[in-house]
Amino acid sequence: MIDNIWLVPLLPLLGFLINGIFGRKLGKNLVSWIGCGSVGLSFLISVKVFFELLSLPAEQRIFEKIVFPWIYSGFFKVNISFLLDPLSGVMLLVVTGVGFLIHVYSVGYMYEDNGFSRFFSFLNLFIFSMLMLVLANNFLLLYLGWEAVGLCSYLLIGFWYEKKSASDAAKKAFIVNRIGDFGFALGVMLIFWTFGGLNYTEVFQQAPSILVAGGGLVTAITLLLFMGAVGKSAQIPLYVWLPDAMEGPTPVSALIHAATMVTAGVYMMARCHILYELAPFTLGLVAVIGAVTAIYTASIAMVQNDIKRVLAYSTISQLGYMFLGCGVGAFAAGIFHLMTHAFFKALLFLGAGSVMHALSGELNMQKMGGLKGKIPVTFWTVFAAVLAISGIPLFSGFFSKDEILWKAFSQGNLLLWLIGVICAGMTAFYMFRLLFLTFFGKSRVDESIKSHIHESPKIMTVPLMILAILSVLGGYVGIPKSLGGGNNFEHFLSSVFGEKEMIIHHSAFTEYIVMIISIGVALAGIFFAYRFYISKPELPKSLAEKYNFPYRVLLNKYYVDEFYFKIIVNPLLKFATFLWQFIDIRIIDGTANGLAGMVNWFGGIGRKIQTGYVRNYALGMVLGVILVLAYFILK
Amino acid sequence: MDLSLMDINWRVILPEITLAVFGFVLLLLEAFLPKDKKRITGHIAWIGIVLSFLFCLNLYGTQLSSFKGMALSDNFAIFFSFLFLISSFFVILQSLSFLKREEQVRGDYYALILFATLGMILMASTLDLVVIFLGLEIVSISLYILSGFRKKDLKSNEASLKFFLMGAFATGFLVYGIALIYGSLGTTNLEKIFILIPLTETTLPGKDFLLYAGIGLLIVGFGFKIASVPFHMWMPDVFEGAPAPIAAFISAGPKSAGFAALLRIFLLAFSSFKPDWILIFWILSVLSMTTGNLLALWQTNLKRLLAYSSIAHVGYILIAFVAGGNSAISGVLFYLSIYILMNLGAFAIIISMGSKDREGTDLFKEYAGAGLKNPFLGVFMAIFMLSLSGFPPTAGFLAKFYIFSSAVKSGYLGLVIIAVINSMISVYYYLRVIVYMFMKPAEEDIKPVSIPFSLGLVILVTGIGILAFGILPQPLLDLAYNSIF
Repeated sequence: MIDNIWLVPLLPLLGFLINGIFGRKLGKNLVSWIGCGSVGLSFLISVKVFFELLSLPAEQRIFEKIVFPWIYSGFFKVNISFLLDPLSGVMLLVVTGVGFLIHVYSVGYMYEDNGFSRFFSFLNLFIFSMLMLVLANNFLLLYLGWEAVGLCSYLLIGFWYEKKSASDAAKKAFIVNRIGDFGFALGVMLIFWTFGGLNYTEVFQQAPSILVAGGGLVTAITLLLFMGAVGKSAQIPLYVWLPDAMEGPTPVSALIHAATMVTAGVYMMARCHILYELAPFTLGLVAVIGAVTAIYTASIAMVQNDIKRVLAYSTISQLGYMFLGCGVGAFAAGIFHLMTHAFFKALLFLGAGSVMHALSGELNMQKMGGLKGKIPVTFWTVFAAVLAISGIPLFSGFFSKDEILWKAFSQGNLLLWLIGVICAGMTAFYMFRLLFLTFFGKSRVDESIKSHIHESPKIMTVPLMILAILSVLGGYVGIPKSLGGGNNFEHFLSSVFGEKEMIIHHSAFTEYIVMIISIGVALAGIFFAYRFYISKPELPKSLAEKYNFPYRVLLNKYYVDEFYFKIIVNPLLKFATFLWQFIDIRIIDGTANGLAGMVNWFGGIGRKIQTGYVRNYALGMVLGVILVLAYFILK
Repeated sequence: MDLSLMDINWRVILPEITLAVFGFVLLLLEAFLPKDKKRITGHIAWIGIVLSFLFCLNLYGTQLSSFKGMALSDNFAIFFSFLFLISSFFVILQSLSFLKREEQVRGDYYALILFATLGMILMASTLDLVVIFLGLEIVSISLYILSGFRKKDLKSNEASLKFFLMGAFATGFLVYGIALIYGSLGTTNLEKIFILIPLTETTLPGKDFLLYAGIGLLIVGFGFKIASVPFHMWMPDVFEGAPAPIAAFISAGPKSAGFAALLRIFLLAFSSFKPDWILIFWILSVLSMTTGNLLALWQTNLKRLLAYSSIAHVGYILIAFVAGGNSAISGVLFYLSIYILMNLGAFAIIISMGSKDREGTDLFKEYAGAGLKNPFLGVFMAIFMLSLSGFPPTAGFLAKFYIFSSAVKSGYLGLVIIAVINSMISVYYYLRVIVYMFMKPAEEDIKPVSIPFSLGLVILVTGIGILAFGILPQPLLDLAYNSIF
């Protein structure tokens, strides 16, 4: 099977083509079978491939498959070819597995929508693009997936394009991503210029000998690539598109936030870890940006009332953790958190979708409450996800988040560690706030909707349950050594990232203390949430009044959108209007139209020669003969 | 001559023999089949093509020669045979529904297509000028008849007669050219000519002029067959008057056959004279593309538009003769393959849009709004037009790119600049077709046309082929590169 790895991206592509071209004629049942079936089959193949990879001895777990030559131009050679190693194996499972569950859920969620087949074809295309990104064995194919993922996010965020807010959000996502991609493309070109090739093996093998560690060139390359990652993975300052991206249907948010798109930046940095390890300056910047983004967006999430907005800021914050992990050199921990986050964040979004489904599309948490008993499956599964993301011991998020924090701590980055810990407390606070506001307390639901609150159909709740199981158990593949586990996950990835012998400054005892601190902080966050929203529900209001200014700043997301508009967007618009009105219409169009008129005039003259009389045709030919012969005689 | 001494290998001409046999069978069937049974003639014709194709496939890579070099099966010949057979196959598919609509289902029509295909294969798979001439005449005479196939239509008659008169005129120059070359060198074999030419400078003084005149007349003769300016004037009239599948056929196979012969003659036999003839090709190229594009701007008839577009494309291909070298030759092979696909596809759409009472008008205004009513036809027409104008990611872009880049490498930057300007001009009239189909309101209430299966298949396969080769050109490019003589 491992030799047929190309089937994994091909199936969703076929699904996209079939549903995209014939979707309207196929009927909803067939469309959903094709849409889900293609991704499901990809998932099964991925599992098979993954186990085949596992059965090999660790040092042989790298496999390249050239499907066909893509561009051969002089010495520039790029193939459509795939790389399978533990890193891409894990990503493959996450993308197809979580993606498949989201597909199944969407069958129920989108069933009434008119664009049902369009939706599924785009979802398939999204999965295909992400798989190309993950499986590529060279930077150009990676770039193709990178851009295609951006395109798909545009198509899906703007899925309800009749709504102005949706089409605006889609444009915002696309444009902000393009800013990052600009840097990314330059990075790829710089790599080509430096190494004369774009294949991973070629680049990574030569990197230590060609590049000077810490030198300007490798720093430039990694910074440019990082710029792309900042856009795709929504970090400061390019994070602004992600909160708006929830304008798309909820399964799309789940797909963007969990399985695809935003994880691309983390994956790319992990894939290029050899370059990043040569550039300590960039790594430091990555860690700082990750930590700052984590705490900054967590603070915004604490006061938002829109359930999907809270989740969106939480995603950015969690991605910050992953960047922090990569920044301190703990790439395996970053990927570990990427995986567990995919489980519980997909679950949270789908759960939020289920809540909306029950409440006829209500998003404001202030108008929810008391839903615990009415939609029990949604409640219990979301509860599991909340525990996981808050870092409660024994749930998956605990292991992966703690791994990152421990790596930051043990390398002496105490400040970054402290930010991470505080942020963990904030995370616990806003997630339990979400839980309490939605499911506990008195119902604040509008009277008109109250009567028909209902649990979602099986096709939506079963994916929730599976994701809940994964959110609970997903962390057990990476139990740290100090807790009696073997840290299998990191070990498994070590053939990619190298077995780093940690210099043990710290005893297991220190690790316990660090762990207990972060658990304590998380519990404190939960305690505050409980106090604010269960035992004394009037408290938040009085606090908000008392500290009105900071509250408003947080509620308005630090006014960053407004700031960007004033400083960047508006001046650009003015400049563009000038270019359009003067340069384009007067000068360029004027020249072009003038030239076109001239060309047309010549054509009109030429037309007169074509008279339609055979004798004239023959005359033309004879003239030609005479000229040709004259040329040979006179030359 | 003793027969046993003759160099005969039947396997080499098996594809030709197959076509001939099927052609004669079809003629007999035409005579003896009752009218309601004649539908099967079209199917027999495409089966013959497929069979011949299989024999060709079997010959690929063999490098056999037979009849003292008069027939051979080098990769170059087989590559072109593939092109001819594929284009004839598509033309037959197009004709199935076209003839039915015209109520003219006849076996001799298909027989003539098979004979023409045979002639084209002869032209590509030989090293002898006489055989090239023989093949060329088989092609031409078949085409004269086919152009006038709609006997009751004045325009069709006009097309046939003009084509015949001009064709006969051009053939005269061609034969005379071959005669002059034979007179000065004593052979018509291209390989021998190639070997002899360096000797002529020293051993055959005084005969140079005969040779040069011969070369000049060959250029004229083939210039007519490929319709390069100023020997192009027949083409718009023939395109307009001939039945649409036949116009498609003329633009695809016979034109490629002309190029096959030209490539062998000028880039093999007379390659050492290149400094002498290069200027002529340079001028022909510039004249063809400029005239073709400028006149296309004024056309209101889609078939005439494609005729001028075809003349312009000849200009682009002639660039490769100026550039020379292996990458230019493989560029021509690639270009012709793609050109055949996009032209046959575009004509299949024209046929789909036509109807019995409206046949032969094909005015732009009939296409207004048609793309919205028939999204399948509209989308594919857009693909073909974009490819003809050379937009990425269609294959038409790469085809131009390979030829232009080979010319840049050989140092003919000026020619390439002219060609690029010409490409820009051409975008205007190609896009106009799309504008009419999608952005102009329909003049009257048009109904969606129903597309017969065979036509839909041609459109689908050619359209997908253009996109596929536009994104993944390497397999075809490799094949072309391995097929250089």
